[in-house]
Amino acid sequence: MKRKLLSVLMTAAVCASLMAGCAAAGTAAPAADAAPAKEAAAEEAEAPAEEAADAEAPAADASGATYALVTKSAGNPFMERMASGFQEAIEGAGGTVVIQNPESATPDAQIPVIQSLISQGVSSIAVDGNDANALSAVLAEAKDAGIKILTLDSDVAPDSRTVYCNQAGVQQIGQTLMDAVYDLTGGEGQYAILSATSQATNQNAWIDAMKAISEADSKYAKIELVEVAYGDDEPQKSTDQTQALLQNYPDLKVICAPTTVGIAAAAKVLQDQGSSVKLTGLGLPSEMAEYIGDDDAHSCPYMYLWNPIDLGRLAGYTSMALVDGSITGAAGDSFTAGDLGDYTIEEIDGSTQIILGPPFKFDPSNIDDWKTVY
Amino acid sequence: MKKKSIGQFLSESREISLVVVLVILLVVIGIINPSFLSFTNIRQIFLNNTLTFLMALGMLCVMLTAGIDISITSTLAFAGMSIGLLQKYDVIHNTFLLFVIGMLIGIVCGFLNGLIISKGKVAPIICTMGFMYIWRGMAYVISNNNWASGMDVAGFSDFGKDGAPGPYIILVIAYIIFFIVMKWTRFGRKIYAVGSNTEAARVSGINVDRTLISVYTIMGFLAGLAGVLSVSIYASAQPNMQYGKEMDVIAACVIGGVSMSGGRGSVVGTFLGALIIAIISKALPMINVPNFWQNLIKGIIILAVVLLNVITQRTMERQNLLRREM
Repeated sequence: MKRKLLSVLMTAAVCASLMAGCAAAGTAAPAADAAPAKEAAAEEAEAPAEEAADAEAPAADASGATYALVTKSAGNPFMERMASGFQEAIEGAGGTVVIQNPESATPDAQIPVIQSLISQGVSSIAVDGNDANALSAVLAEAKDAGIKILTLDSDVAPDSRTVYCNQAGVQQIGQTLMDAVYDLTGGEGQYAILSATSQATNQNAWIDAMKAISEADSKYAKIELVEVAYGDDEPQKSTDQTQALLQNYPDLKVICAPTTVGIAAAAKVLQDQGSSVKLTGLGLPSEMAEYIGDDDAHSCPYMYLWNPIDLGRLAGYTSMALVDGSITGAAGDSFTAGDLGDYTIEEIDGSTQIILGPPFKFDPSNIDDWKTVY
Repeated sequence: MKKKSIGQFLSESREISLVVVLVILLVVIGIINPSFLSFTNIRQIFLNNTLTFLMALGMLCVMLTAGIDISITSTLAFAGMSIGLLQKYDVIHNTFLLFVIGMLIGIVCGFLNGLIISKGKVAPIICTMGFMYIWRGMAYVISNNNWASGMDVAGFSDFGKDGAPGPYIILVIAYIIFFIVMKWTRFGRKIYAVGSNTEAARVSGINVDRTLISVYTIMGFLAGLAGVLSVSIYASAQPNMQYGKEMDVIAACVIGGVSMSGGRGSVVGTFLGALIIAIISKALPMINVPNFWQNLIKGIIILAVVLLNVITQRTMERQNLLRREM
């Protein structure tokens, strides 16, 4: 079914580009004429697949262009909220949205998806990278086809894309998590990190930042990182790893899990065992509501995350700004991202980024309001 | 001379050689990290691998008929996701009812496998591969990008909470029933007969199709049950749950001496095989094997045990032959 749909889409796209080519060569008609035809064909084919596709788009500034979003993988609520923000921002301006969820959270699942978007002739592709380098070739291909490339949530190599919509600066997240560890250990003692996979771009950057921060400031001298364990974002493996941490380090005070699956699995292990080890990190409020509390019956006093809906919206506004040419992706460019406010592209460690804002803290006082949101 | 006597001892039974492997594993791990042999830890080994232990029983039956089922974790995900969503949307919160629903879904999935394999004469690996995609796909479709977890399954997850007796009771009952059925009932013998020689079984009046359908239905039932347990133990239902874990189940059977060509294997062997898999996955992080090495070492251990198994098997057959010649 999926393949059939794909082949229909591909055929439609090929036909459209042939038509566009003929028109341009034959009568030297203005390219603007051919482009909408191409867009319309793509839109028509897209309509059954995406409820998002808005056939009667009002003539706002984003109309006539198709903006694509490639998430990490299907079946993930965080990605779903992010996609809804992206869709809201672009459809609000009259543009067409294509959202693609690869089957698994691997770069090889993203490559064919991006290839099909290239042949559909979309105007921009926002990618949540599953690998820093593996997507370079296919993204270069897209760039050559005149498609604007940006990333969000998880970045790829800087020369493969124009700009990266960062949920929060690496430094900011590292600092926030390190301060949480400092607070929960009371300034001294052992802590461990439970991460996702060992090659996850995001998690590795945050963990490195945490290490660098704790080395740079003597304030953290009495806090010892005993191990970085990898739960591969699988509940079962994360459970095994958490239990191993508890058994291997009897003096452990805090576990910091900067990944939504890992933190939920660890929270359950700690809470079930009535362990005195405390947990913090990055987690989804809906997943974690049951474990957040100040007393000993709860394993996680507080944790952090950003708003995936806002991140999606930021990427949506950035896509439109790149396509209509109001920003080029160079450091210093600024634009207005709807009601999110004004943003400026910053250059951080040689990579151009737009930073959404500081991570948001979820604690017993606000978790009840957020657990139903995402 | 001495070597031969050990060889003879080992070759008396495949199960004994597995026990020896287990003891060696435990001693090595115990020396490196004595806390591995604590009561809590041993309890957790069983809890964390309940699903592998349970589904290995079904896989034993399937492999005895010279078949294989690679759709089990997809069935598991479909059943688990279904009962997770039933709770998320506040349709049903009764633990017992949720178990029944999950098991029924598993039974239907397994029955379809059996029907197509027996009546449609489709190779088991092909048929179950189809359903592997179908049920996994269904799990994604019904989830509609949502997970059920934490507060959604509160109450229900108490059943599989660390320290709760439920999962252990299910395991013990399942192993006792399968041990009895496979050893002493007509149905158990039929499964062995179909696997050793299908034609001979048919000629001797065994309804081969019905046996095959039963076997795959049992497998589906256990996969459905495992799906429910998974949601309870991990307090989380995600469409990608237990992805790829069917390989652990197959590995457990193979290590336990179950033959891929059918007719050979036992409940005790399967239990030991599953236990070895469980111990490996639990022990490697605990004896500080670096993360990158864990899969590699797991693979080496699996191959080593299987090779040992093959060698034992061959020695055993040679000795039987010798005895007959004399």
